[in-house]
Amino acid sequence: MSGEKRKDYLFDDPRNVRLVVRGLVVACLVLVGLDLVLHRHVAHPWEEMFAFYAVYGFVACVLLVLLAKEMRKLLMRDEDYYERSTRDAGAPRSEESGDV
Amino acid sequence: MFESWPALALFLGAALAGLTSGRLRAAVMLAAPLLGAYGVYQMEPGTLVGYQLLGLDLTHVRVDRLAILFGYLFHLAAFIGVVYSLHIRDRLQDVAALAYAGSAVGAVFAGDLLTLFVYWELLAITSAFLVFARRSERSLATGMRYLVMQVGSGVLLLAGAIWYAGAGNGLSFNYIGLDAPGGVLIFLAFGIKSAFPMLHGWLTDAYPEATPTGTVFLSAFTTKVAIYALARGFPGTDLLIAIGTLMACFPIFFAVVENDLRRVLAYSLINQLGFMVVGIGIGTELALNGAVAHAFNDVIFKGLLMMSMGAVLHVTGEMRGSELGGLYKKMPKTTILCMVGAASISAFPLFSGFVSKSMVVTAAVQEGHHLVWLALLFAAAGVFHHAGIKIPFFAFFAHESRYVADAHEPPRNMLIAMTIGALLCAGIGSFPAYLYALLPYDTGYSPYDVSHVLAQLQLLAFSALAFTWLKLAGIYPPELKSVHLDVDWFYRRLFPDTIRSMLSRLAPFDRAFRQWGLSMVSLAQQGLCRHHGSYGVLARAWPTGSMVIWVAVLLGLSLVLYYL
Repeated sequence: MSGEKRKDYLFDDPRNVRLVVRGLVVACLVLVGLDLVLHRHVAHPWEEMFAFYAVYGFVACVLLVLLAKEMRKLLMRDEDYYERSTRDAGAPRSEESGDV
Repeated sequence: MFESWPALALFLGAALAGLTSGRLRAAVMLAAPLLGAYGVYQMEPGTLVGYQLLGLDLTHVRVDRLAILFGYLFHLAAFIGVVYSLHIRDRLQDVAALAYAGSAVGAVFAGDLLTLFVYWELLAITSAFLVFARRSERSLATGMRYLVMQVGSGVLLLAGAIWYAGAGNGLSFNYIGLDAPGGVLIFLAFGIKSAFPMLHGWLTDAYPEATPTGTVFLSAFTTKVAIYALARGFPGTDLLIAIGTLMACFPIFFAVVENDLRRVLAYSLINQLGFMVVGIGIGTELALNGAVAHAFNDVIFKGLLMMSMGAVLHVTGEMRGSELGGLYKKMPKTTILCMVGAASISAFPLFSGFVSKSMVVTAAVQEGHHLVWLALLFAAAGVFHHAGIKIPFFAFFAHESRYVADAHEPPRNMLIAMTIGALLCAGIGSFPAYLYALLPYDTGYSPYDVSHVLAQLQLLAFSALAFTWLKLAGIYPPELKSVHLDVDWFYRRLFPDTIRSMLSRLAPFDRAFRQWGLSMVSLAQQGLCRHHGSYGVLARAWPTGSMVIWVAVLLGLSLVLYYL
């Protein structure tokens, strides 16, 4: 029953997910296409480049994620990292109280 | 009455909220911000309310356009926050929240540095109770760290103010600048509360640990008072451009990998503050307008996002992205309201972030700060990535979490508060003229032209495309149960660990010293025994007669001396 009920929700159907992704791709293509038709005022020479903002946005986000992933290697710790440090300090006491 | 002390309504509300209960308390809480806002409405720019204290000329209230704008903003934020927290029965939080809002209002109307200091410290103390109110061991520890930083900022402000006034500048709070005596201290005090890089640890540490409703208040006031203070005291300071750029960029890396969704929003709060700080640093009329307008919008859309996450926390008791997901099925209204907030913070055209963020970005490129402009574009794409997509995606979509089965929409008052926020986001975004009319300067700026809208839409659409591609290709880092080290590591781990290891190194010396001390004591004891003990020289008993002889000798001697 619950299987049937779940079908009621929008994104349980993979077709809807695909639809969203395709919609996004189409929106991106249209927006880049508009660069050919419409003229943007520019305050900086780079802005004149075709699809400057599109490329910049895409590259920026990919770089952001890749760098953040690298950062994780250096900075990620277990969830109880800070709690553990204080517990370690009180270790002898917790042994006395019979904690295992 | 309220126009001569604008914070009075909120403080009075706080006091009455402490004495009343039930519906009466709800009525008091709702009336206080409305009355206060009416007081601000009645104020005339140019009004000064001052008095003399110990020979000092203090300006308790100084009314101008900048103060009025923030006055309205803080009453609005307080009202939304009160509506959002109507369902809770917690006197501590109610009193603290209203007093906190009142302190913020008092601070922006303060005309001198001493009055500012008083409200600055009141902000620190009242807000800490919103962290303590979670009533867990963790929030107590976090709240204490928060309080130390906040009060420390106030101490710096006071020291700077004394130095500044001592050099003959008077106490009045106007442009200060870094070159003024004490200017650096005041700058640092403002910097702590505006979460400058390396001074930001308190924000990402404490805000996610407060109560679901408390974080909504926290995200509105402290940092915006600091932005106001920077705009008043240090406009056009070049250093702020560099600081702001850094603030806009570094938090987005943390936000991408952070698991606690309210902590993600805390990082994105610093990122948004970065835009404001850059605007203040550039210091042109357009940039300052942009900074102030963005502060106004940020209170509302960040509040909306915090409220939507607070609703999730309230319903599920969970805030980790790794554990959440699929909640759109049971919380569709919250989902849509959250996405309005996400669209606003990402500066989608027709939403509030767009009409203010674009001012700062335009000012940066107009003034020839090209690297800053590129960095701000990067930050703008990044904020869409983590706050615009990540927050709604991992909370409401992604995988189906175990909370979906029992989830439901939050209480009605929460939904109403979020709806008010969402309507304001869309309203300000669609009709920015009403907000622009409140800004300090008239620049004739219009955000809606083809170039701006197209550029922004391209930037956002391709950021979304990047997210989608990274997610589908499996490159996107998964949400993991984890913490990520930030500057708070220095005082939460490095300093305590260093002190602990130093103590353990010192222990042998300490032990030897103590033993030496003990042996000294026992030596002294033995000496005392020898002289005063039962067989000691000094303990020997003397006959009474010998004393009488000696008295007689002394008397005789004094008699002889008298006759001489």
